[in-house]
Amino acid sequence: MNMIQAINSAMDVMMARDPDVVVMGEDVGYFGGVFRATAGLQTKYGKTRVFDTPITEIGIIGVAIGMGAYGLRPVPEIQFADYIYPALDQLVSEAARLRYRSAADFTAPITVRSPFGGGIFGGQTHSQSPEGIFTHVSGIKTVIPSNPYDAKGLLISAIEDNDPTLFFEPKRIYNGPFDGHYDRPSKNWSNHPLGEVPEGYYKIPLGKAATVRAGEAVTILCYGTMVHVVANTIEEMQVDAEIIDLRTLVPLDIKAIEQSVKKTGRCLIVHEATRTGGFGAELSALVQERCFYHLEAPIERVTGFDTPYPHSLEWAYFPGPVRIGEALKKLLKD
Amino acid sequence: MDAPRANLPPLSLHVPEPKFRPGDEADFSDVDVPPAGSARRPDSAAPADSFHELAYTLIRVLDDSGQAVGPWNPRLDPEALRKMLRSMAMVRAFDERMFRAQRQGKTSFYMKSTGEEAVSVAATMALAADDMCFPSYRQQGILITRGYPLVTMMNQIYSNKGDPLQGRQLPIMYSAKDHGFFSISGNLATQYPQAVGWAMASAAKGDTRIAATWCGEGSTAEGDFHSAMTFATVYKAPVILNVVNNQWAISSFSGFAGAEATTFAARAVGYGIAGLRVDGNDALAVYAATQWAAERARTNQGPTLIEHFTYRAEGHSTSDDASAYRSAGEPNAWPLGDPVRRLKEHLIALGEWDEERHAAQDLELAEEVKRAQKEAEKNGVLGHGMHQPFETMFEGVFEEMPWHLKEQSEQMIAERKAAGI
Repeated sequence: MNMIQAINSAMDVMMARDPDVVVMGEDVGYFGGVFRATAGLQTKYGKTRVFDTPITEIGIIGVAIGMGAYGLRPVPEIQFADYIYPALDQLVSEAARLRYRSAADFTAPITVRSPFGGGIFGGQTHSQSPEGIFTHVSGIKTVIPSNPYDAKGLLISAIEDNDPTLFFEPKRIYNGPFDGHYDRPSKNWSNHPLGEVPEGYYKIPLGKAATVRAGEAVTILCYGTMVHVVANTIEEMQVDAEIIDLRTLVPLDIKAIEQSVKKTGRCLIVHEATRTGGFGAELSALVQERCFYHLEAPIERVTGFDTPYPHSLEWAYFPGPVRIGEALKKLLKD
Repeated sequence: MDAPRANLPPLSLHVPEPKFRPGDEADFSDVDVPPAGSARRPDSAAPADSFHELAYTLIRVLDDSGQAVGPWNPRLDPEALRKMLRSMAMVRAFDERMFRAQRQGKTSFYMKSTGEEAVSVAATMALAADDMCFPSYRQQGILITRGYPLVTMMNQIYSNKGDPLQGRQLPIMYSAKDHGFFSISGNLATQYPQAVGWAMASAAKGDTRIAATWCGEGSTAEGDFHSAMTFATVYKAPVILNVVNNQWAISSFSGFAGAEATTFAARAVGYGIAGLRVDGNDALAVYAATQWAAERARTNQGPTLIEHFTYRAEGHSTSDDASAYRSAGEPNAWPLGDPVRRLKEHLIALGEWDEERHAAQDLELAEEVKRAQKEAEKNGVLGHGMHQPFETMFEGVFEEMPWHLKEQSEQMIAERKAAGI
């Protein structure tokens, strides 16, 4: 299975198990989604459980919150994460706070799926990584898978979770890994260690990072597409790095981060989102607070730049092997 | 710089201005008030485009002599009318008492609904007890009509030990699921799509319950309002969308939400939704319109938008001074009168009520509110001591507390301990 099929399978499994799970969003019904993530679900579960919506993100999320308050488990799709901004108020002021402000009188058990990130020449409006905006908000969880196996297990956990969850899908790796090189095809999922995805139900808990590769020289914190770019880069550079795939940003697996950085004494943070105030800044602060006396070099960040995502220069904006490589050299020089 | 196309007149920007400002004499003679009973009452199954005129007129039942007239007369029995009057008078008594409590420093904030009591009370009476309401912040009448304990409302206002919301919400931002009352948000019109979603869920599950929501005329300008209207019409959601046009959004008159160009009920026309414009100070008209809309929703005819044409007789909140921006004479000059007085006169005209009983009821309600206040104040008032344990601040952000909140909680407790607090 590729990641799209795994995500589809997660919804299929959950819709079969729980009649209260509903899928909604632009083009998700008859057509099955522009990325085909919801293909076949309407035929299987009917139009009252899988339905197309008007093009109004504020409406999609507001309506999902109301459905959640009724007792359903909506899985709304925002077709591209770039379009989540119109829905910001419903997510930040409503979904994230409903449990707290009503002392659990009402809750919003919604899972918002949204393809995010660059690498597909999507320009400014189909490439953004808005996760940092939401990790700053109290009361909402943020999940980002990096491979099909995790995507399915994490999505099942998110749908079962009683808190509102954002599930950002790295669309560059929907169909296979991406090594960060724009001039050659990357490997397929089929020969990837996590390419095999079981058909049935299984869960990966939220708040648990994965150690993708154990190493001694440096800890690299990353998620989504970046896990693949990082893995490829250290393979090319022959660096004994420990790669931590965070998988969920909120709640964050602080133990895994702490243990690893204390062991290696060096830390590189890689994400695609813009740098200033990004989630990397939070990670950097946490590592500094908790591991300062174990650090042998300043923490490094490789991120997107503080510019909009440029269409033709995407390859230069994207934190690719060159930039990651330079950061690693700096970190490892003494 | 040479003006381009100097032969054309310069364009000018229209900025709306209310008709009266402080010092002006209010004159509402240009407000069109059609005679009670003059609006037709279509079948609740009639197509929405067959009664567009009802979005532009004013549905009225109570005439100037206190008689209920015309096709919208809901023909309520005297018992129901007395209950309606009592609930409306109770809302007013409650508001009076809590307004004073705020002035006495017992809470930070209060919002009265003076002049708008019919909008919430009569509508609630026309709904089933288990229909879900998604109110704005001036529909305390819903809770009072549904018999929610006054003491609990006050506990919430005081953020005290008995506050079911653990002191987390602004006063008056109640939440009462078991009374079909959704958690109030301070962000405007966010409840609109949520109500539509709830109604859609109810329909999808084959339930029989419907949803109702309220927003002010000012917040019809919010995107949420229009998204909700789109969803409501697309899926024929069993929902009643109420717009309380009380003329003022804090200090902005209704013109800033578009009232100079058309009515708020007319918003329904463009969406193909049933639209009614009712005299919001006429409890029977509000009841009848809600009952009709509820019947429409329950028979899968879809949503109804009801504009309640009313007047906010007091300031926006305890933090607002209405005399700074509007004519002091406006509330009295308002052509639709006072909703409590109009319903009282109707009951008297029916021979089912009299001034003495009314005065006695007012006294009794004031006493009941006072007793509730004493009871609530036993649990504390805002600012007099800490009513919730510190740790509760960190609870309920998520279903289970994650490590970072646990750490922050522990840190705060340690800091306070170290400081000797």
